Amino acid sequence: MSLHEEFADDLALYALGSLDGAERQTLEKHLKGCASCRRELELLRGDGSLLALTTAGPKPPARARQRLMSAIAEESKVSSRLPVAGAASISERPRLSWWLVPGLITLAALAVVCVSLWRQNSTLHEDVALLRTQIADQGNKLEQANEVAATLLDPEATRIELVAVGNKPQPRGKAIYQRRNRNLIFLASNLPQLPAEKIYELWLFPANGGAPIAAGLFKPDARGSATVVNPPLPEGVEAKNFVVTLEPESGSHESPRGTPVIVGVGG
Amino acid sequence: MSSVESNATTSDLALVTAIRSGDQGAMAALYDRFSSIVYAVALRVLQDTGAAEDVLQDIFMQLWRNPAAFDASRGNMASWLAVIARHRAIDALRRRRPQDDIEDVIVSVEPNLAVEADRSRAMDKVRGALQTMPAPQRSALEMAYFEGLTHVEIAEKTGEPLGTIKTRIRTGLLSLRKVLAA
Repeated sequence: MSLHEEFADDLALYALGSLDGAERQTLEKHLKGCASCRRELELLRGDGSLLALTTAGPKPPARARQRLMSAIAEESKVSSRLPVAGAASISERPRLSWWLVPGLITLAALAVVCVSLWRQNSTLHEDVALLRTQIADQGNKLEQANEVAATLLDPEATRIELVAVGNKPQPRGKAIYQRRNRNLIFLASNLPQLPAEKIYELWLFPANGGAPIAAGLFKPDARGSATVVNPPLPEGVEAKNFVVTLEPESGSHESPRGTPVIVGVGG
Repeated sequence: MSSVESNATTSDLALVTAIRSGDQGAMAALYDRFSSIVYAVALRVLQDTGAAEDVLQDIFMQLWRNPAAFDASRGNMASWLAVIARHRAIDALRRRRPQDDIEDVIVSVEPNLAVEADRSRAMDKVRGALQTMPAPQRSALEMAYFEGLTHVEIAEKTGEPLGTIKTRIRTGLLSLRKVLAA
């Protein structure tokens, strides 16, 4: 196993939230820079989930479902009328101010206040209109992004690769990596089916010549397609290349040991 | 507003995608699919039906507000919700603020247990493994997992050395993994 053995016991406790004090701080510091221990942490949480899933008990009462659906419906209503509510509160301000003003205020002073409030009100209406436009615009962009992501990641989506006539489909992959946010999307196709007790592992080769960084284990589906999305990666690493290797089933994590299967053409 | 059919063939990911567009029907379908798991875990930890219902409500409301917190490429919905339920229930038990954002919790289970029939078979195996596990080991694991005790608290409670407790918990967890891999 490639995780750091000195942290193995603490990692299990951390996965259950049972580690505290200095040991917890030391481990958290280590986890920031150790992808293999972060991967083992995910697995240990998975092991813990098995314990949780064995729990059997009564079903939740029907009122719990009603409570949830009512809260959701109410929240949807509130969010859909938020801009209107904002406008109402703005229009109430002049009335509040007016009633608080003592009766001895002169007509001229009142007129000045009214003009000032009218201007403020107009400005706020403009701000609300602008915000509505921005929210609608962002909502559209988000919806488009969600649709793209959902299509890319949907295991039931039809995937057909087009190749030059007469050519056989070759194993290939595409890595899209954003260093700033440590976002990585990797799509592979036409990969050979895995031999027994083997797995594919994606590696990031840093531009500074540092050691390769494990970027996720994966198994292709029956048609040889696979996806890796946002594996845990250290911060700020510039990528020179990506490589997929065939590794023992538990992965190699520290450095590639197996045969390269597909290699980036940029490196 | 369109609604996703709440049948067993609709994938968890399709439901989450529909929830992202505000589909309340999809949320109801997801609740019907997983509320029993969340409630059972919360009830096991809290031993109080009212408190367990609060955890149930809290988790599904968070999922409604932030469906992107579930990342289908990093684990299956049942395992993820079970772990979140356990975390939130322990937080409630200890009367403390939530310790983790739900999107920070990543759970990996091999093989993937997204299909209920696979999950059911896997759970039979895990229950079998728990029954054959040495009693002190199972006890340490359950105290940590369902009572939210730290290893120091478990050592004090059982009178065992700290190192023994640590090792028991780790080997206990790993034995559950092995039984699935077998």
